[in-house]
Amino acid sequence: MPEPTAPALIIDGLIRDVGPIPALDGRMKRIISGVYLTAQFGQVTALLGANGAGKTTTIECAQGLQRRDGGTISLLGEDPDKPSAALRARVGVMLQDGGLPPSAHPLPLLRHVAHMYESPRSVDELADRLGIRAFADTAIRRLSGGQKQRVALAASLVGNPEVLFLDEPSAGLDPQARRMVFELIRELRDEGLAIVLTTHLLDDAQKLADYVYIVDAGATVAAGTVAQLLSQATSAEAQRTVTFEAPPGLDPAAALRRELSVSQTRPGSYSVTGPLEPSDLLELATWWAAVGVMPTSLHLASRSLEDVFLALSGTELR
Amino acid sequence: MTLPATRPLPARSKPAALSRRILLQGRYETLTMLRNGEQLILAIVLPLLALVALAVTPLLDGLGASRINIATPGVLALCAMSTAFTGQGIATGFDRRYGVLRFLSTTPLGKAGLIAGKVLAVLAVLVLQAVVVAVIALFMGWQPPLTGILLGIPLLALGAVAFTALGLLVAGTVRPEATLAITNLLWILFGALGGIVLPPTRLPDAVSAVVHFLPSGALGEAMRDALVHGQFNLLSVVVLLGWSFVASAAAIRWFKWS
Repeated sequence: MPEPTAPALIIDGLIRDVGPIPALDGRMKRIISGVYLTAQFGQVTALLGANGAGKTTTIECAQGLQRRDGGTISLLGEDPDKPSAALRARVGVMLQDGGLPPSAHPLPLLRHVAHMYESPRSVDELADRLGIRAFADTAIRRLSGGQKQRVALAASLVGNPEVLFLDEPSAGLDPQARRMVFELIRELRDEGLAIVLTTHLLDDAQKLADYVYIVDAGATVAAGTVAQLLSQATSAEAQRTVTFEAPPGLDPAAALRRELSVSQTRPGSYSVTGPLEPSDLLELATWWAAVGVMPTSLHLASRSLEDVFLALSGTELR
Repeated sequence: MTLPATRPLPARSKPAALSRRILLQGRYETLTMLRNGEQLILAIVLPLLALVALAVTPLLDGLGASRINIATPGVLALCAMSTAFTGQGIATGFDRRYGVLRFLSTTPLGKAGLIAGKVLAVLAVLVLQAVVVAVIALFMGWQPPLTGILLGIPLLALGAVAFTALGLLVAGTVRPEATLAITNLLWILFGALGGIVLPPTRLPDAVSAVVHFLPSGALGEAMRDALVHGQFNLLSVVVLLGWSFVASAAAIRWFKWS
């Protein structure tokens, strides 16, 4: 039994090479060059990054699905490279592609997976909780992406895991299913599970994560709570953005201070970014009155996790 | 945010016993195979058609025993090839494509349990096939010697092991579409020219010299020697053991789980 404060998962200096790559004259390509991460019990830990940043490779190394070429991983105090049955029983895995047999039906499949554990969760309760009964008589191949996702989540939970890996858990979910899944994830966290999820959606990280690791080009580039990451960024440069919709072809920059950057993201959709002061908003409103324009929408936002991400990696998410 | 130490740790989860995991995986895979219509055609219908065809045509005349006595051991061998090689190979290839192998290998079942479950399912389906074929052959006048039956059962199991290893090797190394093509094509080629249902003496000279060393010819000859003459064919058993060993080693070396 680990000490109450011992982390569920520690990844330190992970390295993973793939290849040989013909385009590199048969040399290996390093796709993970230094990911670190620590996941605690009773917390949701998010691995946030753009597609191809190395999130899935990282957690597959932690699950024992991929070998690693360097660094150390400790999952519940064991090296997961060749995980024992005892270790696999304590860890639930939801793969990005689901990994469910297309010809199977949801409930018999979940019952079968439950057989692999000594004291599994009740399949019926899980099915009720995740709304699986509504499509219980449909073969998995005929389910929508979001329905499959819910079955895969149930399959990862059926063994009553202590550590839960979720690879892009909100992919394909409609808003209602997403709320249902997020609520369940929070509840599981409150039960004490260590939940490690990957996402390329900042909104997921902001809504769910107690702790975020930002991964870019195969390495961890920042870590902290969502609030910490945001405050780091805002204290460095107190950025705010005003966006408004108005007729295209206007030039608000002429009316504003030079410190503010003005752009038209698409015709008629203007965005003003910079260290905005109340007086800047007054200038903007005066200018609207002068040119006789009433904006059709107006939105003020402080810096988002997306800006943090952009500043750290220089790449857009998605 | 709550500190983690203030929350109770979740209870420790344990795996079910190893034997239970493997047996239940074997049962699950068996039922999956039996529910698949194409698999049933391959496993039952085509071997029975072969049995009837060999019994009503003079292909096997002049070999020193009745048509049905020579046909039945070969058709049993064909059943092993159908299920262990073609059926199992195709199913495993698509399981690999859909990530089923990866997901199940993260449960307590694990990679070894997955393979053991597949072997069990192949053997279970083969038992059903053998019973159906044997009962129909008996009605058609099949008279196997008792020693032949005792020899035939382990030989058929050995053949199933060799073909399972070969099926896994194909399924684990090429795309599932290619697995489908390769295992079906080899089923037809081995079935027609591989010495499995037609004895090597009935094949063209160029072919008959090599078929003893093919898994199909070795299993077909071993089954016929056992069930027609009550004899143990050592060469065929050595050949089957060799294929089992080489294919297993190659599958362990090159099988890709994703």
